[in-house]
Amino acid sequence: MKNIYADHAASAPVHHEAAKAMMEAMENNIGNPSSIHHYGRKARMQLDQARQQLADSIGAAVDEIILTSGGTEADNLALVGYAKAHKDQGSHIITTQIEHHAVLHTCERLENQGFDVTYIPVNQYGQVSLEAVQEAITDKTILVSVMHGNNEVGTIQPIEEIADIAQANNVAFHTDAVQSYGLMPIDMKQTPVTLMSVSSHKINGPKGIGFLYAKKGTKLMPFLTGGEQEKKRRAGTENVAAAAGFAKAVEMAVEQREERAGFYQQLSDYFLKCLESEGVRFELNGAKEERLPHITNIFIPNISLESFLVQLDLAGIAASSGSACTAGSVEPSHVLSAMFNDPNRSASSLRFSFGQGNSFEEVEQIAKEIRTIVHRMNSG
Amino acid sequence: MVYLDNSATTLPWQEVLDTYQQAASAYFGNPSSLHRPGVEAETLLGKAREAAASILKVKSSEVIFTSGGTEGNNLAIKGTAVEHQNRGKHLITSAVEHPSALEAFAQLEAFGYEVTYLPVNKEGRIRPEDVENAVREDTTLVSIIHVNNETGTIQPIEEIGKRLAAYPKLYFHTDHVQGAAHVPLDLGKANVDLCTISAHKFHGLKGTGMLYIKDGTVLSPLFHGGGQEQKIRAGTENVPGIAAMAKALRLAREQHTKEAKRMYELQKYLLQELEKIDGAQVNTPQTGAAPHIVNVSFPGLKPEVIIQALTKRDIHVSTKSACSSKLNEPSHVIEAAGLGQERADSAIRISFSFETIKEEIEKLIDVFHEIIPEMKKVMGA
Repeated sequence: MKNIYADHAASAPVHHEAAKAMMEAMENNIGNPSSIHHYGRKARMQLDQARQQLADSIGAAVDEIILTSGGTEADNLALVGYAKAHKDQGSHIITTQIEHHAVLHTCERLENQGFDVTYIPVNQYGQVSLEAVQEAITDKTILVSVMHGNNEVGTIQPIEEIADIAQANNVAFHTDAVQSYGLMPIDMKQTPVTLMSVSSHKINGPKGIGFLYAKKGTKLMPFLTGGEQEKKRRAGTENVAAAAGFAKAVEMAVEQREERAGFYQQLSDYFLKCLESEGVRFELNGAKEERLPHITNIFIPNISLESFLVQLDLAGIAASSGSACTAGSVEPSHVLSAMFNDPNRSASSLRFSFGQGNSFEEVEQIAKEIRTIVHRMNSG
Repeated sequence: MVYLDNSATTLPWQEVLDTYQQAASAYFGNPSSLHRPGVEAETLLGKAREAAASILKVKSSEVIFTSGGTEGNNLAIKGTAVEHQNRGKHLITSAVEHPSALEAFAQLEAFGYEVTYLPVNKEGRIRPEDVENAVREDTTLVSIIHVNNETGTIQPIEEIGKRLAAYPKLYFHTDHVQGAAHVPLDLGKANVDLCTISAHKFHGLKGTGMLYIKDGTVLSPLFHGGGQEQKIRAGTENVPGIAAMAKALRLAREQHTKEAKRMYELQKYLLQELEKIDGAQVNTPQTGAAPHIVNVSFPGLKPEVIIQALTKRDIHVSTKSACSSKLNEPSHVIEAAGLGQERADSAIRISFSFETIKEEIEKLIDVFHEIIPEMKKVMGA
């Protein structure tokens, strides 16, 4: 039995080219980029190069890229850093009910600290309405945070339009682009985004690194204070090797973006077709059209989620119930709860997320296995 | 090449890189995932945690993985101060902390906290009785660096910990970043509640570190999100980096057992030889300093110029801490020790690794003898 990994939205294996770039950096480039000697300068050069690649990938300037330890830190820095630096201008933040927990729990925290947060609902496709964003803005609003592609159901939000609304109202706009980065192009010269979070290990880069894009002139209260790294916005010795690995992963993602997005879309489409031809009763969660190509979330009526995942796992198939970060235990998905007023929906929905290593044969295999497990459960 | 800036960062050991590489490919899952790749990654994470905890002689539930020393210090200091602000807003630290601690305190001051910065003597050391005398009813945290990153001065952490045991409501944090490999602290004996460690200072990888949080210590997280690290530190765990750190810590402790005596001798040798150089003034104390750091001033000379001259001869040292070495500011540590502006302006740090050998130090000394008199002539110093 061959193992099939269909949980790339949780973490994608490091591409060997990225691993190679990282290992080379670790072996040959030992300095601390803040040191003024030769080794330090060499490390600085490599870091600058990596930062340039990250900036280029979204049409940003190099000093608009703040390297972080990952997506969670980037989301936290964006929200807390922006809110605290602008609290004299207002105390109202707008976000949605279907954000990643790195955004939601941070917003809850800000509520405890005296900020007001509006959590905009979504429709049954997981879409936020532009009118709802517009209506939620008050004269106290300082920040709107809406994720680009949802990590559980894959629905893409109209962030270009939301960014325009925010700009028209003189409010900052943050987007969590952890799942969409590398697959959905975004150009900071075209879209008035103030802050954007990205994580490396979702695009086949190493874990432990990510970045926050912060538009020039955006004031943030730093989270980690200490040395003067990252233009005083994020202290701590820069993780040069990981940055090199991340940059390599970005370079490949940018080069192969259309190819990858097309391939994942084909896998996802084929997966649904296979489920149909296997006669599995299911419904797709999330938007039909405006969706991330690599995430497929399906509702299979009357299954018990936990035992379904265990049986898939025994068959060598790795999938998930939702975000890995809510995992450890299977809790009802806040995303599906926001989309459907039906506890059964989230108790019987599964996420499959595809990546570079997957094949059509594997997708077929997954669909077959799903049919087998459904039959076993229904007859048992 | 002679690399003598190991307090800034160290070369990762080959075994450590091997561990990283193996873990990155064989254990790529997200430890929070319930499927097999996730469970395997979680198992490796647990093993690394147990290994690190057993070396530190603490429980594995007391080890939280971070992105490094800066995050460790920030989480310990701000996390404790914020969590216990209802009990009091007074904090105690020293004037010679690493910037990551000092800046965290500065930020807390801006938020209305009161911070006492304890003075140090000529050796850069604080007096344990000063710590106790500074404790007030509303003090919630004492944070003292263990080994100073600029001068190598060891603070009397155990003695402080003993005195602070009389104040059970108060939390005691130590920045163990420079001490972890060369002056291992017995955390139990030292009675600390929080202890910061960074992997790239002991041949692990950048971007990884640990915070020891004694059972029963409650602190407010910096990063919110998934429930990772007992909800104290959200974010997907850097499993391969963490496995590599556990490996590096084990190897570092083995090396320490083998090499400590030789390193102290090497340091003694360097200190003796520096005495013979005209105008050199050693800032590292003769006793009670970590074996891997020697700080020396050449009053009247610009440290950048000395560093450049050394670089030309393929010897690499630094001014003060790398985290502030871009600034032409005097060393706050040497200033606090009352050694005068001139010495604070002209300090150079030489820091060894376990692999540093006597020939390298001899070469450094030779170069000093060659360049320092020349420079003094030019500067008229």
